[in-house]
Amino acid sequence: MVKDQDYLKKKASFCIDLAKKLGATDVTAGVMHSISETVNFRNKKLDESDRSDSLEVALTTYIGKKKSSISSSNLNEDNIKTLIERCIETTKITPEDEFNSLPDKDLLATKINDLNLYDDDHIENNKKIEYLKEVEEAALEKKEIINTETGFTESKSNFILASSDGFLNGYKSSSFSASCVAVAKNADNDMEKDYEFTNTCHLHDMVRPDQIGSLAAKKTVQKLNPKKIESEKISIIFDRRISKGILGVLAGAISASSIARGTSFLKDKINEEIFSTSVNIFDKPDIVKGLGSRYFDDEGVKTDELKLVDHGVLKHYLVDTYNGKKLNLKSNGRSSGTSNLFFEKGSISYKDLLKLNSRTLYITETIGHGSNLVTGDYSVGATGFIVENGVFKYPVSEITIAGNFKDIFKNITLADDLEFKYSTNAPTILIEGMVVAGK
Amino acid sequence: MKDFFSKTDLSRKDAESIISETLNKCDDGELYLENSQSESIILDDNKIKNSSYSSDLGYGLRAVTGEVVAFSHSNEISKSSLKQSANNLSSTLKSKKGVYNHEILKTNEKFYKDVNPIDEKSLNSKLELLKEVNNYTRAKGGIVQQVTANFTGEHKSVEIIRSGGEVLTDVRPLIRFNVSVMLEKNDKKETGVYGIGGRQSYDAYLKDDNWKKVCDEAFRIASVNLESKPAPAGEMKVVLGPGWPAILIHEAIGHGLEGDFNRKKTSAFHDLMDQRVASEGVTIIDDGTLHNRRGSLTIDDEGTPTEKTVLIENGILKNFMQDRLNARLMNTKSTGNGRRESYKHVVLPRMRNTMMLNGKYSQEEMIKSVDKGIFAVSFGGGQVDITSGKFVFNCTEAYEIVNGRIGSAIKGATLIGDGPSILKEVSLVGNNMMLDPGIGTCGKAGQGVPVGVAQPSILIDKMTVGGTQL
Repeated sequence: MVKDQDYLKKKASFCIDLAKKLGATDVTAGVMHSISETVNFRNKKLDESDRSDSLEVALTTYIGKKKSSISSSNLNEDNIKTLIERCIETTKITPEDEFNSLPDKDLLATKINDLNLYDDDHIENNKKIEYLKEVEEAALEKKEIINTETGFTESKSNFILASSDGFLNGYKSSSFSASCVAVAKNADNDMEKDYEFTNTCHLHDMVRPDQIGSLAAKKTVQKLNPKKIESEKISIIFDRRISKGILGVLAGAISASSIARGTSFLKDKINEEIFSTSVNIFDKPDIVKGLGSRYFDDEGVKTDELKLVDHGVLKHYLVDTYNGKKLNLKSNGRSSGTSNLFFEKGSISYKDLLKLNSRTLYITETIGHGSNLVTGDYSVGATGFIVENGVFKYPVSEITIAGNFKDIFKNITLADDLEFKYSTNAPTILIEGMVVAGK
Repeated sequence: MKDFFSKTDLSRKDAESIISETLNKCDDGELYLENSQSESIILDDNKIKNSSYSSDLGYGLRAVTGEVVAFSHSNEISKSSLKQSANNLSSTLKSKKGVYNHEILKTNEKFYKDVNPIDEKSLNSKLELLKEVNNYTRAKGGIVQQVTANFTGEHKSVEIIRSGGEVLTDVRPLIRFNVSVMLEKNDKKETGVYGIGGRQSYDAYLKDDNWKKVCDEAFRIASVNLESKPAPAGEMKVVLGPGWPAILIHEAIGHGLEGDFNRKKTSAFHDLMDQRVASEGVTIIDDGTLHNRRGSLTIDDEGTPTEKTVLIENGILKNFMQDRLNARLMNTKSTGNGRRESYKHVVLPRMRNTMMLNGKYSQEEMIKSVDKGIFAVSFGGGQVDITSGKFVFNCTEAYEIVNGRIGSAIKGATLIGDGPSILKEVSLVGNNMMLDPGIGTCGKAGQGVPVGVAQPSILIDKMTVGGTQL
């Protein structure tokens, strides 16, 4: 069982009181406990069981405008005391920073509407094993599949965030996830792998195991016998797995820290059109059972829904207290980044999107860390399919795709197939004018 | 060395008996205890942005039988906690019938000293040095828009208790110093990053104003990129510079030679033992025994002393990198590559310092031989798909080669290739082998571990460059 709120509150209050007593003018403390249990299966046999029990405290002390932090997984009181003493000593000699401060009191979260983020259900390991067996059986129905690896993780966590300003709040959350990685082999012994997964707050919302297995197998087999294509400029479609990455880049580039440091290609672009006019982007923290839902950010600041991009125009940065003060902006509760971030769905169906051009490169996977948030340059390795007149023709691999996000943002068409599978979600997206490097 | 049993109701004797009872009829396993301190001090935007300190303590109890691993970890070192973990393990491994392998090599050799880099250098002197770094770098001119510099230090004590009470210990220091510079000129912004580090005290790296070289290098890379033009797209010849570009070896070849992927037959290399996988003249080793290097370990995280493992000898595949589990299942011995990020993680076969050894050509000869291609000097991150063998890495400093001469700098492009075939495309191996500066962290299955790489310059006959210029 995860520790209850009372236990965590006691620990947090102990830290706050001690730090105040030792000379801190302000203090914030977080105490987190999580338990997770994982079972991994491989080729219909148990491969690994893993139980993780993790209790951690993190503390930041302020003396005026000076600040320092500590964290520890050793909650022995003597150890905590030594650490807090050390933190205070470090704070004293750390130079002042005029922007260091606790959040404005009037921005702190006060009311909490239950978003149903915790499911008390527990699934025993033998039930997890039954689920995984079904996943693998479904995947192995395809004869090309030579290897399946599956896993099921249940995790429960609870935390308390406390500050010397009187904030003392936290909540439990749960997560249930299962995944299947399949490997397929062709006649020449060349192998490909792909995957499918489900991840939900509540146990009974998980996708059926046979669906996970069949989808993973189908996606894997489709990738066999890929070709390398010529270097060319071509329309590209991002599968939903990949398209959400565009929102990840946006979130990184509009974080107040990148803006304040001047290291973002979107600096000074507020109220300017950065996407095509049909594009709307929301960050909505209060989705019931949402994978990115939260009641407040990691500073305790309330998080309201934001329409980040309105008809192509950038309306907000993601602001925390420190960088907000630097930029002269109020925190909008995004100290921990975005919550449930998504593109409003487009108006064209997935099928019609495939047919928009006579020849399209459909990307299902990218590899590498090729997004440069300073310049907006983008270059990654990719695999996918050539689609002709709406029909998937053959798989493609060992190519790269490249462009610049400033152009990519303005040349996207959104399909209407938005679904909420991750915390950041996008429909299938068509992008014009990117360069593919192949042969 | 930390005494893990001093402040708990769990005595060493209790622990030993719980371990022996749990691991009875298992093939392998241990109690892994870990105590670590780490610090991070960051200067950014002209200010000390963050000074943080972390202290971690915990254990991971692992039982292995057949192919099955049962693992439980907690940060509460107590009798009740360890008993609960033992129960978890036993319920997973109900029908075990293994025979515990007591055999483990011992070593007296140490590849780094027991220094505590965090306490050895005062916080004040670290703060002062960061300020100096900031002033020195910003003094390079008005085009310097942003400077970030940071120290990270770690001191980790590890104790491994095996069934029967055998104890293996290690104390591991690790530091890193990093500088990142952003320049702006004519509305164009570029960054340059450089860092150094290893298993030593800070001053081993920073003395004699060595830190200035780090600032100079970060500034130089950013300056080069300011003048860069868009990269070409398509297949061409690629010359890789010495040192850090060996991340290519790490991604393209290294991961595919890790024991687990080969035991599971999901690596493109699994059926290629003793066969030619690289051009003649290509020899690749994975070495855990280099003194004070970032990827070095006196013993791995299962207690096995590390060694110098020959992976590919003159083009022929000779060995995979093994932990105890995969070695046992593949009827071979552990090569001391069993590693874990922390007590919270299971052991996996991982690389240490992966190096391509010297050949006989000069870098000049290589460049002269190229009509159209690129010269890649430094890289950011890389990634590989073990199963298909496809790998990528991103250039952070690269130049075009035109008619045997180095031309203009080109913008960061991704290079993509195929692991099993790329080493057959290596036509020339240089005579200028260099170690990387000590900055690599390798990620696998959600675990990050420090690693090193090294290589001489090499000429690759055909690779796809992912630029935008057709």
